[in-house]
Amino acid sequence: MNRRMVIYRVGQILELEAALLLIPLAVAAIYFEWKIVICFVVSAAAALVPGVLMRLIFKPDNQMMYAKEGFSIVTLAWILLSVFGALPFFLSREIPNYIDAFFETVSGFTTTGASLVPDVERLSHGILFWRSFTHWIGGMGILVLIMAIVPTDSGRSMHIMRAEMPGPVVGKLVPKLKDTAKILYFIYIALTILETVILLIGGMPLFDSIVHALGTAGTGGYGIKGDSIGGYNHFLQWVIAVFMVLFGINFNLYYLLIMKKFNAALKNTELWLFLGMIVVSTTVITADIFKVYGNFGDSLRNSFFQVTSIMSTTGYSTADFDKWPVLSKDLIFVLMFVGGCAGSTAGGLKISRILIMAKTVINDIRQQLHPRSVTSLKIDGKPVDKNTIHRVSTYFLLYIFIIVAVFLLISFEPFGFETNLSAAVSCFNNVGPGFAVVGPAGNYSAYSDFSTIILSIAMLLGRLEIFPLILAFNPSNWVNKNK
Amino acid sequence: MKVIVVGCGKIGTTVVSSLAEEGHDVVVIDTDPKVVENVTNIHDAMGVCGSGTDCKTLKEAGIENCDLLVAVTDLDELNMLCCYIGKNLGAGHTIARIRRPEYNTENIGFLRQQLDLSLSLNPEMLAAREMFNILRFPYALKIETFSGKSFEIVEIVLKEESALTGVKLMDIRSRLKQNFLVVAVQRGDEVFIPGGDFVLRKGDRIGLTASPVEVQNLMKALGIESKQARNVMILGGSRIGYYLARLLVSVGNTVRLIERDQNRAEELVSLLPNRTVVINDDGAQQEVLVEEGLNSADAFVALTGMDEQNILLSIFAAVNKVPKVITKVNRQELIGMADKLGLDCIISPRRIAADVVVRYARALENSQGSNVETMYNIMDNKAEVLEFNAGGDFPGIGVPLKKLRLRKNVLIGGIIRDRKALIPSGDDKILQGDRVIVVAAGGRHNDLSDILS
Repeated sequence: MNRRMVIYRVGQILELEAALLLIPLAVAAIYFEWKIVICFVVSAAAALVPGVLMRLIFKPDNQMMYAKEGFSIVTLAWILLSVFGALPFFLSREIPNYIDAFFETVSGFTTTGASLVPDVERLSHGILFWRSFTHWIGGMGILVLIMAIVPTDSGRSMHIMRAEMPGPVVGKLVPKLKDTAKILYFIYIALTILETVILLIGGMPLFDSIVHALGTAGTGGYGIKGDSIGGYNHFLQWVIAVFMVLFGINFNLYYLLIMKKFNAALKNTELWLFLGMIVVSTTVITADIFKVYGNFGDSLRNSFFQVTSIMSTTGYSTADFDKWPVLSKDLIFVLMFVGGCAGSTAGGLKISRILIMAKTVINDIRQQLHPRSVTSLKIDGKPVDKNTIHRVSTYFLLYIFIIVAVFLLISFEPFGFETNLSAAVSCFNNVGPGFAVVGPAGNYSAYSDFSTIILSIAMLLGRLEIFPLILAFNPSNWVNKNK
Repeated sequence: MKVIVVGCGKIGTTVVSSLAEEGHDVVVIDTDPKVVENVTNIHDAMGVCGSGTDCKTLKEAGIENCDLLVAVTDLDELNMLCCYIGKNLGAGHTIARIRRPEYNTENIGFLRQQLDLSLSLNPEMLAAREMFNILRFPYALKIETFSGKSFEIVEIVLKEESALTGVKLMDIRSRLKQNFLVVAVQRGDEVFIPGGDFVLRKGDRIGLTASPVEVQNLMKALGIESKQARNVMILGGSRIGYYLARLLVSVGNTVRLIERDQNRAEELVSLLPNRTVVINDDGAQQEVLVEEGLNSADAFVALTGMDEQNILLSIFAAVNKVPKVITKVNRQELIGMADKLGLDCIISPRRIAADVVVRYARALENSQGSNVETMYNIMDNKAEVLEFNAGGDFPGIGVPLKKLRLRKNVLIGGIIRDRKALIPSGDDKILQGDRVIVVAAGGRHNDLSDILS
């Protein structure tokens, strides 16, 4: 493996992180939180120095990159990103335990939004902003950001993009990778700004609007209030719910809309399945919780908000669904697995994978009825490659194994079945809240250091979609007999 | 510029690689998803899986606003149809690979006109032409000509110590009293654009610019054999072999063509003029080569379908003191190996064809802001030779060359003024309307002013 190239690229990422840390620094300065400003200066410097060293010392002569380099770069970058991103929380003593700070940062970058801060409203503005900003950076991916702004010399960066972007099939929007990355970020930024403006118009204060827009865009879910979104007016709740849906949709479709290819955009099966699932779940839950709220408006609003929040794996809440009837709770739990569309910022299994698996099952059953029949799996009228189908099945197997493993590893904690299982599922799918102790009203602070590390790994596995992490830590990857 | 490449075979991949490196927006179309994935993994291009004659596929690739469509699948007919459909769907220019000899007759013009093709590409013919040129001037590894044939760039290897070696470049010209300029030197794997105090060594591969007459004089002065190859042995009766034999016989050379397959050999005899000797035997056997007179041949050309065989037999021919050995090698990684094994004259048909496409793309860009007239790759594609038209907006007009601050690894190799070649010295100036020949290693140059730092 081309180790120099891997380290060089990771160095680049750290430098970018140092630059990104200057934004919360500015926010802290605006609120005269000088102590926090110093924390950000120190953190930025801490990321910058190894970044520059790695980039200068390991400048590669050989720019070759294959799939394994791509995987390794993405994995190392995400881990180091979290290691340095945790420094502001730790240095400011607002999260005094470094491992807790690491969990909070991983949760941020992976857009999970699982927090172990008992009282969010106590945190300073700079720290609150950084927490939500990590969602925004992690949502679209920092390596994609690097691609958009740093000129790359090799056409092989596609491997990196494939490792970082979620979904079973990653393609380009336009011939050039750099342009693809730019378009994705353009759409991302435009939607974020749009949401901020609408929230402002709806009467949310400026800081809250920006922070919530960042959290929605990355489908993260860090709130800045104890009751998450519950304290804001109904209009704002609807706005955020709608944007959670928008950020759960494949970004390629927005590009098609910009290019005025409305037909192609609207013929997307995954989109309609996503919207359909939201409508059905919302209807069922509205009917189920009608007896709790006693009026249709509140039931519909709360049901829609919670469904979109869980489906898009954001994790904001307007109501404590832990107190809802069993049917609604079960449905919410199942939706945690589903996630959003491929190519969105949402986590979870992804609708397109479910679609492919469902069609595989149907084809298999048909094949057993008519043993000589030839089947082909089509999505949006196009046949799906056999390799892709196979990889989706493998992915699903690993997905189940990892949930089981994480659940078992943290099951020594004394919180009971519901809490532990929902914590494992919620973290791995990058949702955030679970049930009981880790429910919308609770947090993860009760977990021990061991469990927080396990859950951090689960979040990374979920965000990077398992394979990059496993492949990067495959020892044979790092053995290089020539050097 | 938006370019669509249909077919990702040998030539397609090379074209994609060159065009993507040049910074064009490249979309590839191929029917095999594996191939598409592979190409898009390695090169910065987008892939569409489907047939190049399917309107839907072409539209998905963005045919409506593409500037250039290059169809290079295996099938001539498919390429033609693809270009025809593409043109009617809105492609700006179309290039089709048409390589079957029956199309490449006087009718090709008619075909081109009917299909509205901008260019038809016959890689085998192009390769044969290039080999033919080299056989006419065997001292050269490569010869390219510029505007009005008034200028040539010639690549040679300094096999022995000569008047060129061991002396600073700035002293050579006055000493030899010849008008030429050394513009590029390849030593090992490295390519230099030499300055005046560069000293050449034995074994260097150099590129020099001069007018055709001066090239001949210089070779004489250096004592390098410049006799035309009269007696040529060709191994392999592929399309290239056929074209090359036809070209050679047409100027009166003796050609012996060795082909293993009997049917093909018989076919060749009927196609080629009578004077060609076609031998039906396995040329991979060294005895056969010797028996058929390898030792008396002026040149040996290895054109079998296998790169490895070509390399090995070329080495055998070189050992047998054949003055000029030309080797066909298609795979890029083997070209480097062949070079290391001492074979200096290597022809890669896919590279030549890709160069033609890239040259065409550059010329197209010409009308869209770039200013390159002709472009050649030299020194195993490690350096480029570009011909620019000096427009009035070039800031260096009228400034003595020694006062121009050129970029690193860029050199002005020649100026063509009123159809006459001028080998520039430091006191010469570029005037408006001149054609300037620039040699550059690395970097991308779209306009003459790009050479200034």
